[in-house]
Amino acid sequence: MTTKPIITMTNIHKSFSSVHVLKGVTFDLVPGEIHALMGENGAGKSTMMKILSGIYTKDKGEITYKGEQVEFKGPKQAEEAGITVIHQELNIIPNLTVAENFFLGKEKTIGRSGIMKNKEMNEEAKAWLMELGIQLDPQKPAAECSVGQQQMIEIARAVSTNSEVLIMDEPTAALTSKEIDVLFNVIDGLRRKNVAIVYISHRMEEIFKMCDRITVLRDGASIGTREIKKTSFQEVVKMMVGRDLGEQFPERTNNPGKIRMSVEGLSTKTGVQNASFTLKHGEILGVAGLMGAGRTELMRAIFGADKNTSGTITLDGKALEARHPQKAIEAGLAFVTEDRKGEGLILNQTVRENLATSQLKRLSKWSILNRKKEQQSASELIERLRIKTSSMEQPAKSLSGGNQQKIVIGKWLATEPKVLILDEPTRGVDVGAKKEIYQIMNELTKKDVSIIMVSSELPEILGMSDRVLVMHEGTVSAIIDRTDATQERIMTAATGGE
Amino acid sequence: MKNTGLFQKLGPFFGLILITIVLSILSPSFFELNNILNILRQVSINALIAFGLTFVILTGGIDLSVGSMLALGAALTAGAMTSGIDPIIAILLGLMIGAAMGAFNGLIITKGKVAPFIATLATMTIYRGLTLVYTDGRPITGLSDSFSFQMIGKGYVLGIPFPVVTMFLAFLVLWFILKKTTFGRGVYSIGGNEEASHLAGLRVDRIKIGVYTLTGMLSVLAGIILTSRLNSAQPTAGTAYELDAIAAVVLGGTSLTGGRGWIFGTLIGALIIGVLNNGLNLMNVSSFYQQVVKGGVILLAVLLDRKKAA
Ligand SMILES: Nc1ncnc2c1ncn2[C@@H]1O[C@H](COP(=O)(O)OP(=O)(O)OP(=O)(O)O)[C@@H](O)[C@H]1O
Ligand SMILES: [Mg+2]
Repeated sequence: MTTKPIITMTNIHKSFSSVHVLKGVTFDLVPGEIHALMGENGAGKSTMMKILSGIYTKDKGEITYKGEQVEFKGPKQAEEAGITVIHQELNIIPNLTVAENFFLGKEKTIGRSGIMKNKEMNEEAKAWLMELGIQLDPQKPAAECSVGQQQMIEIARAVSTNSEVLIMDEPTAALTSKEIDVLFNVIDGLRRKNVAIVYISHRMEEIFKMCDRITVLRDGASIGTREIKKTSFQEVVKMMVGRDLGEQFPERTNNPGKIRMSVEGLSTKTGVQNASFTLKHGEILGVAGLMGAGRTELMRAIFGADKNTSGTITLDGKALEARHPQKAIEAGLAFVTEDRKGEGLILNQTVRENLATSQLKRLSKWSILNRKKEQQSASELIERLRIKTSSMEQPAKSLSGGNQQKIVIGKWLATEPKVLILDEPTRGVDVGAKKEIYQIMNELTKKDVSIIMVSSELPEILGMSDRVLVMHEGTVSAIIDRTDATQERIMTAATGGE
Repeated sequence: MKNTGLFQKLGPFFGLILITIVLSILSPSFFELNNILNILRQVSINALIAFGLTFVILTGGIDLSVGSMLALGAALTAGAMTSGIDPIIAILLGLMIGAAMGAFNGLIITKGKVAPFIATLATMTIYRGLTLVYTDGRPITGLSDSFSFQMIGKGYVLGIPFPVVTMFLAFLVLWFILKKTTFGRGVYSIGGNEEASHLAGLRVDRIKIGVYTLTGMLSVLAGIILTSRLNSAQPTAGTAYELDAIAAVVLGGTSLTGGRGWIFGTLIGALIIGVLNNGLNLMNVSSFYQQVVKGGVILLAVLLDRKKAA
């Protein structure tokens, strides 16, 4: 590249109490490029971007922006200077409306009176969302939007700021391929307008499709920067994990057995209509569909998380009367939820405590918790899932996003379920850890566990499922065998075509 | 939570020691054994209520009806005794009524889905009204002079006032429940993230009803101690007690948004309030100024807590 960098970060260091997280990273960004930032979970990507945008202060190092040394005092200052961040963790306020969230902190008012121009804001928010291909009532409470829609609100909000630098920390983790395509168009447009974009993602395909350059971090140090055109999947993976990883999806060798669970005529107030399907012993049933197709709602209904459902669920020949998660857990179900911050974790609690919440019964006798057992379980899970944490007493909120996801998976593995429901299990998880999760899934099915895996990543669905269930607008639109499943067939069924 | 460091967590404890030292210097009679025991006895009533409230606040709730439950429970217990029921039975009855009142709060909050503040604001008025109806607005006197009833408020065990013994026993039991049982873990988890707790299979409603029930029972226990001490049940007993109790919980470092805090802190918080009340009395500070000082200390404590968090 010949253009002068708009941002350079040199030799940045950062420690949290005693943990040295960034050990001298170096990075530069030029206008009109999309610069990918990759690295394993906990490598320090988010921390680096939070330093750049003034959320954290660096311990050492230098940042220049437009040729001048800067140290932003907070995100507001960075935004005013032209640097906008879409954070990895959603920052949506659930009880505000779509438009209120969109304009949060920069509301349109009549003069300086503080009286808001609601109508104008609603219209403008709606227009920006339309530009991203999202039809959303601006007056709808954000709590009623899916995680994907919430993510789109944040993206639209960031895009609307007309910044010169846009940092996106895993923006597509919660999106399905259709929205991702739209998003890529938007990003491409920004690139042409000479905006400099930092793009953090664990999805290799996206990065090779969209980005111009890539910088890889490992353990808080920059390993190197490459031009996308001059590198390969293998090289990047090797830079990230320090070794070759082999095939992305481990081979499925398990043959599913007899039917274990059958769901018949399940309907919910949340939009699922008359869903029926079966699940075999040792099977992985992939569940595909577009955003808002009702996949999560179906899973919640099976797990008894929402009341007011009709239909029958039979597990091992017994009707599951459960309309409460606890009953479902007793019957042998487990549910790794998609929204880790809202539904999966208790952020203020420690890793150990979070890993215990789903298995309090087995860790206690006469309701008295056995601390030894609890610690033992925690250290086993930390090791099994290779959760990167300084100790099991670290609060969950200070872990990196991918490691938080591993806690949510871990707490459910601990219950030794018969049927494991995974809703977007690898969201925000790095390539190496993804493969580990797939391997764990394979091991579980060999031990006769049945798995339902909701995923918006088609390669994952195709790579791991024995059968694929496709949902469209709340109904089951197709169930496709592994051998017949193709990207096209799934997409057709997902969009309601024949 | 755990690695915020013991030193920080012990902030209120150091505060208590500091206040004690200052008061001992300002008023020589303050640090006499008799006065200390006296303070502890005065504190016990607020502490028992605040212990219950700690559970409620940890789940992210609040209970404003504690003072009214105290009064109604005490009045009914006293009424039972005057009608000739054995004091022990009367006391047990009273505690059960306390549990029932608390459970009712919990039911409205969980099943009726009413915000705890509103629900208990309403029952605060209802329980107080029922107390006035039952007592006809007059104190109930002429209570049992049986040993067991007199002991509760006025007795001593090895030179320690019985209410103080009760307070410490309750503290130990509740500390154990909160720290060591699945119920206690549930209380923290619900306050930390209710939806995640629900999805992890916790019986969120039951646990919530449980904490309100516990608070009802502890409030009535405090009421019975008060009744025994005064030898009468007052219809206006416990008015505004919720304020001192909430103050004790907050002074102890428990977060009003739930999920974080500990019961030891509440004990310290209650002691701080008790020590201040007593010390200011000894120094003949007018009760008007006392309120100003108390409020100031609470504000200071919370501000210091904010500083630490930042
Ligand atoms: N506030 C904090 N206190 C203590 N440790 C922290 C804090 N924030 C981050 N860390 C630690 O810093 C390391 C890097 O975290 P960071 O969030 O930057 O990782 P990341 O590269 O973005 O990972 P991911 O791909 O999982 O999002 C992690 O090990 C994390 O536990
Ligand atoms: Mg991150």
